[in-house]
Amino acid sequence: MPTLFSFTPEEILETIRMVQVENLDIRTITLGISLRDCATGSLKETCRRVYDKITSRAEKLVAAGEEVATAYGIPIVNKRIAVTPIAQVGEPSGESDLTPLARTLDRAAAAVGVNFIGGFSALVHKGFTKGDRAIFNSLPEALATTERVCASINVATTRAGMNMDAIAELGQLIKETAQLTADRGGIGCAKLVTFCNAPEDNPFMAGAFHGPGEPECVLNVGISGPGVVLAAVRQHPEADLGKLATIIKNTAFKVTRMGELVGREVSARLGVPFGIVDLSLAPTNALGDSVAEILEAIGLERCGAHGTTAALALLNDAVKKGGAMASSYVGGLSGAFIPVSEDNGMIRAVESGALSLAKLEAMTAVCSVGLDMFAIPGDTPADIIAAIIADEAAIGMMNNKTTAVRVIPVPGKRPGEMVEFGGLLGRAPVMEVNNFNPAAMIRRGGRIPAPLQALGN
Amino acid sequence: MTVADGRAIITVLGQDRVGILAGITAVLAAANVNILDISQTILQEFFTMIMIVDLKGSNLNFFELQKQLKARGEELGVQVTMQQVEVFKFMHRI
Repeated sequence: MPTLFSFTPEEILETIRMVQVENLDIRTITLGISLRDCATGSLKETCRRVYDKITSRAEKLVAAGEEVATAYGIPIVNKRIAVTPIAQVGEPSGESDLTPLARTLDRAAAAVGVNFIGGFSALVHKGFTKGDRAIFNSLPEALATTERVCASINVATTRAGMNMDAIAELGQLIKETAQLTADRGGIGCAKLVTFCNAPEDNPFMAGAFHGPGEPECVLNVGISGPGVVLAAVRQHPEADLGKLATIIKNTAFKVTRMGELVGREVSARLGVPFGIVDLSLAPTNALGDSVAEILEAIGLERCGAHGTTAALALLNDAVKKGGAMASSYVGGLSGAFIPVSEDNGMIRAVESGALSLAKLEAMTAVCSVGLDMFAIPGDTPADIIAAIIADEAAIGMMNNKTTAVRVIPVPGKRPGEMVEFGGLLGRAPVMEVNNFNPAAMIRRGGRIPAPLQALGN
Repeated sequence: MTVADGRAIITVLGQDRVGILAGITAVLAAANVNILDISQTILQEFFTMIMIVDLKGSNLNFFELQKQLKARGEELGVQVTMQQVEVFKFMHRI
């Protein structure tokens, strides 16, 4: 075949195929905005400043994203905003209810046309300040009465240990949030993430916030491409696992380069620095856009079978290795996301009985984010929810990695039933939990000490 | 870099028929866009054409040209894409 300047027709067609057939996209561009200078002694004044700052800084975000997507022919699916943890912004007001700030964020997000804004957040791994307390006070109401606001709470780190008081309380708050949004399957809980070792530059919702170490304003990019990786794995049924890792690395490299290009172009247009590329495989409910199906294509009858954790470890590591060479600034969560409700392969795995909550937890030890977007019966006691969070945080703490929990106790639903969230959040089969009682442990409270890795210096 | 100048890659995919090349190049000629290179193959029964064009002298902006190409492609029953060359450079060359 002739070459067109420096490209071969095969290379050009490969790019076209990735976008048109295999769902390659830039999953999200997230503008991080510091709101520290908006904090005042009056909540009303703070709200006004927050609204003005977000709407002026993010005014061109959606338009710039759309222009770049069209010019390069690579879709940018989501344009979003992450802000300084609101616990820190609201604290000087002295108010114990920060719901008005959540509503302000909601209005600002609507005004600039983004579908989610992250940062109704608090970092409480070592303990509470007044602002953190105010976030906890406002969480259920804020999540139930806003459309676009996402919340996250960091309850543990490898260096500080685990704040079990916060975890116990979150069990209650998650139940309350589910009740307040019972008419919509408890959807409020889909906007709340509990973290261990939360990354400060994660562009993916619901866990995105603009961390204390970040600059004034920054653009972070989240790339994805489970469909592209799936196609590559399926094309090589003969490859041994070492070769397969290389094939996935090559694919991840190409996908990440797209993210780097698009991120730099959008940030140049907005006049803000480019932050990081998050090289994650984030599934969607689109056909073939599934992490579970990649694991099955590696050679498992169903995701959840014995061998799944090993296959996921291979996949996650290969994605990082390929991506790390493609971009100098890799950050965020980076790895494979395994949300249940947003991945058709995961839904099928739960429905067919191949994937239990216990196996899902084991998988999170080797992947990106943790127990994400899974539904449990609405009558699950708060102590059990807290215990699920504690287990997952412990995995993150001991292994020096980020883990998170986004659990939805669906009011009125039993194991095996389906809950429909619609749109981006998908649908989830309600999973069975272990109902033996952990309450006595959870009610001890206190802080689980940091493991020995904390003394790494 | 702005989207109005520089080079772009146009791909045309679809069922083979008479007049595809003429139809697409007519849009480019009218917009004063210079074709730098062209490659055309039939992969299985699918018509596959790849062009590299120079947008410097174009009297349409990138988005308008993209829109016209897409519309002409629809008339001809083929799928036309136009992307900035940087996409391919970034993805395939280190």
